[in-house]
Amino acid sequence: MKQLSTKVTSNGHGQDSSYFLGWEEYEKNPYDEIKNPNGIIQMGLAENQLCFDLIESWLAKNPDAASLKRNGQSIFRELALFQDYHGMPEFKKAMAEFMEEIRGNRVTFDPKKIVLAAGSTSANETLMFCLAEPGDAFLLPTPYYPGFDRDLKWRTGAEIVPIHCSSSNGFQITESALQQAYQQAQKLDLKVKGVLVTNPSNPLGTALTRRELNLLVDFITSKNIHLISDEIYSGTMFGFEQFISVMDVLKDKKLENTEVSKRVHVVYSLSKDLGLPGFRVGAIYSNDEMVVSAATKMSSFGLVSSQTQYLLSALLSDKKFTSQYLEENQKRLKSRQKRLVSGLESAGITCLRSNAGLFCWVDMRHLLDTNTFEAELDLWKKIVYNVKLNISPGSSCHCTEPGWFRVCFANMSEDTLDLALKRLKTFVESTDCGRMISRSSHERLKSLRKKTVSNWVFRVSWTDRVPDER
Amino acid sequence: MLSSKVINDSHGQDSSYFLGWQEYEKNPFHETFNPSGIVQMGLAENQLSFDLIESWLEEHPEVLGLKKNEESLFRNLALFQDYHGLPAFKDALAKFMGKIRGNKVKFDTNKMVLTAGSTSANETLMFCLANPGDAFLIPAPYYPGFDRDLKWRTGVEIIPIQCKSSNGFKITKDALENAYERAHKLNLNVKGVLITNPSNPLGTSTTREELDLLLTFTSTKKIHMVSDEIYSGTVFDCPEFTSLLEVAKDKNMDLDEKIHVVYSLSKDLGLPGFRVGLIYSNNEKVVSAATKMSSFGLISSQTQHLLANLLSDEIFTTNYLEENRKRLKERRDRLVSGLKEAGIGCLKSNAGLFCWVDLRHLLKYNNFEAEHSLWTKIVCEVGLNISPGSSCHCDEPGWFRVCFANMSDQTMEVAMDRVKGFVEDTNRCKQKRTMWDTRRRSLINKWVSKLSAVNCESER
Repeated sequence: MKQLSTKVTSNGHGQDSSYFLGWEEYEKNPYDEIKNPNGIIQMGLAENQLCFDLIESWLAKNPDAASLKRNGQSIFRELALFQDYHGMPEFKKAMAEFMEEIRGNRVTFDPKKIVLAAGSTSANETLMFCLAEPGDAFLLPTPYYPGFDRDLKWRTGAEIVPIHCSSSNGFQITESALQQAYQQAQKLDLKVKGVLVTNPSNPLGTALTRRELNLLVDFITSKNIHLISDEIYSGTMFGFEQFISVMDVLKDKKLENTEVSKRVHVVYSLSKDLGLPGFRVGAIYSNDEMVVSAATKMSSFGLVSSQTQYLLSALLSDKKFTSQYLEENQKRLKSRQKRLVSGLESAGITCLRSNAGLFCWVDMRHLLDTNTFEAELDLWKKIVYNVKLNISPGSSCHCTEPGWFRVCFANMSEDTLDLALKRLKTFVESTDCGRMISRSSHERLKSLRKKTVSNWVFRVSWTDRVPDER
Repeated sequence: MLSSKVINDSHGQDSSYFLGWQEYEKNPFHETFNPSGIVQMGLAENQLSFDLIESWLEEHPEVLGLKKNEESLFRNLALFQDYHGLPAFKDALAKFMGKIRGNKVKFDTNKMVLTAGSTSANETLMFCLANPGDAFLIPAPYYPGFDRDLKWRTGVEIIPIQCKSSNGFKITKDALENAYERAHKLNLNVKGVLITNPSNPLGTSTTREELDLLLTFTSTKKIHMVSDEIYSGTVFDCPEFTSLLEVAKDKNMDLDEKIHVVYSLSKDLGLPGFRVGLIYSNNEKVVSAATKMSSFGLISSQTQHLLANLLSDEIFTTNYLEENRKRLKERRDRLVSGLKEAGIGCLKSNAGLFCWVDLRHLLKYNNFEAEHSLWTKIVCEVGLNISPGSSCHCDEPGWFRVCFANMSDQTMEVAMDRVKGFVEDTNRCKQKRTMWDTRRRSLINKWVSKLSAVNCESER
């Protein structure tokens, strides 16, 4: 008889993927400006380190929040004992209002429909436990966050069937891709329980368009399945477009309080917008009472520390802070993204045009020896071990086309980013392809830039036929 | 549309344990605002030693302020999500756990996995040690929450090891074998035994003999042995606390890969809101898998930092453990004497935040319906939320778990008065009933004799 469960003995944790392996390499030889200037620069971690100063100055002006005091009086006991899985009411109210603010106050969030969880990792897994049986499937657009293979499947027994998105249309979700994925699941004898999207997308760094959201809502309506929208990056939208949430679309289609709305669930977290992954704050938002009720009980397995709930309810209740933070955060992310994009351009490398997130989806297809994933892995190894940059290969994100990489830009100082770009440029120039490209890169990219504005306008009013590049 | 986990009642929260809690929430006792409300005696919280922690916090304001030597640690903590846990915190926990065991056991931080509370630790261990449909044997009575924590999302089954009042609810070889056989009859693969030591709800620490018996049993059957030692720091009376790991060491089993311990700071330190638990295992594969699984319930770095500092202070921890034990003992003694005055006995306890109280003599009948009636009366009429033994899977009606560490001294007195009042009323009613019964019996006797007299005579 086997001693340990199959969850332990099989590789269902999904952590043999290069996403985690690159991380391990970095841990062995991490870059440090002074102590290890030749180390590996971490560009594979989607962290937001750009706005800590704003939170730090708030903490300095509001010491009670961290000191577990209310009006100067210690509330330590109250917090030490607070383990109610319904969560701290003030905190849920503050979260609901913060989420509304991110969406321009166009939609409302009812705190009673919020279930707190220890990070969106916990929230997503809990939703799977609530919506799917072992062996049921969720459809996910590729490329997607590598962690989903573990978070959604490992302990739940749920399956993921990819919705293949391609560079030919900027990786947007199409009706035919959705239908194909659904049919593929059926061929595999899997019951499809829903679709899960990350909006804005990880790893693409783009927000879903209204067209895509409408398509998704129509699709789940017709198939009578669920839609989970992980909006963990909603506060990182820095493009000139507004962030459109699935909640906006439900409102615009007048589907609020309908049976369909009960099948639409939103996941959120403060790990990216506020840069607080260590504090483990996530949330499920659902219009389905039974889901809220069950997920609330399940949250016992991953409650948010009351100490942290208290601190963050004070922070997020300060509307002056939140509006200033959101604006400044967007500004800094935008400027940082621009820096990465232009640095890549000067090395003859383009990315998918992004308007959100903490990373760019970078096109290195031209640097591949062959148009294969083996070549992609070779290139990746070169970049990690020789160029000393940890970036994430598209294959780890289940991208169907070799040569795309996710490169993070918000988890380091400007100087470190510049150094990384310098290393990359040197590497590219040392390759044959790079030498060819860099000569004509400036001209090519100048004309590309002229195109992008008109492409963007085109994309916003998307039809079935779109140009190759954005 | 929704999973069976949602639609079935397998969350186990329809038990009276949770229902009593709900009644209390509707009408909670408050000394000033609601003096006739229900006194909560169903919540195993430790509220007796907060002042010790509060004064430590006042002496170390930097810690809560996320500073060290005036430098802000905020950024590092905000970003720290490494599922291996904060090293300083694991070191401090290892020392603290060692101290609780009189340093007879040494803890290796490489064998530790941090989790958001022992609720998360226990579930994670089940995911690691058992497949859906496998079973774990658990001595009954046991903590009602296990029905949810160990079974709900894991698909694991619990088979109780029935313990009896005839020997103080101790675990016996027969009870173990019976449970094992019952599992087999039900076609369940037994993966291990899980105990809570000290026991919830009994309030007693598992004896050396029992631990020895358990380890012999599990090693013979080649199954896992899990010891949830969440109450280890609450042992306030002899016998001294004996950890599973101590006995394992004595049996040269201290590196055995099928021995696992669970711990938490929710009871010893009274910090259930901070969500701090851990798994301790010799099994590398378990540690590795559980570490990855802890992603689903990591401890807030803000909290890890606070407690790393608190528990690294040896002067504090030594003083805290001693004072905490003293206060728990005093409080337990008050409950026991209060109950004694009302003619109520309990299982002799030496640990925990509750007593296992014998109310069998107050049952109308020796069955669980009568226990339920008695419980309903106590919650709704007497105004005390206590936990009926049936919710803990006790197989003898009439036992109740009564908590003593989650209220003030004054509230305890109120509770004791109410118990006394209730028992006096019950006795008065009994007396009346007995009087009535006696009168009725004599009436019946007269009637019977009259009838039989009629048989013999035509008339009186």
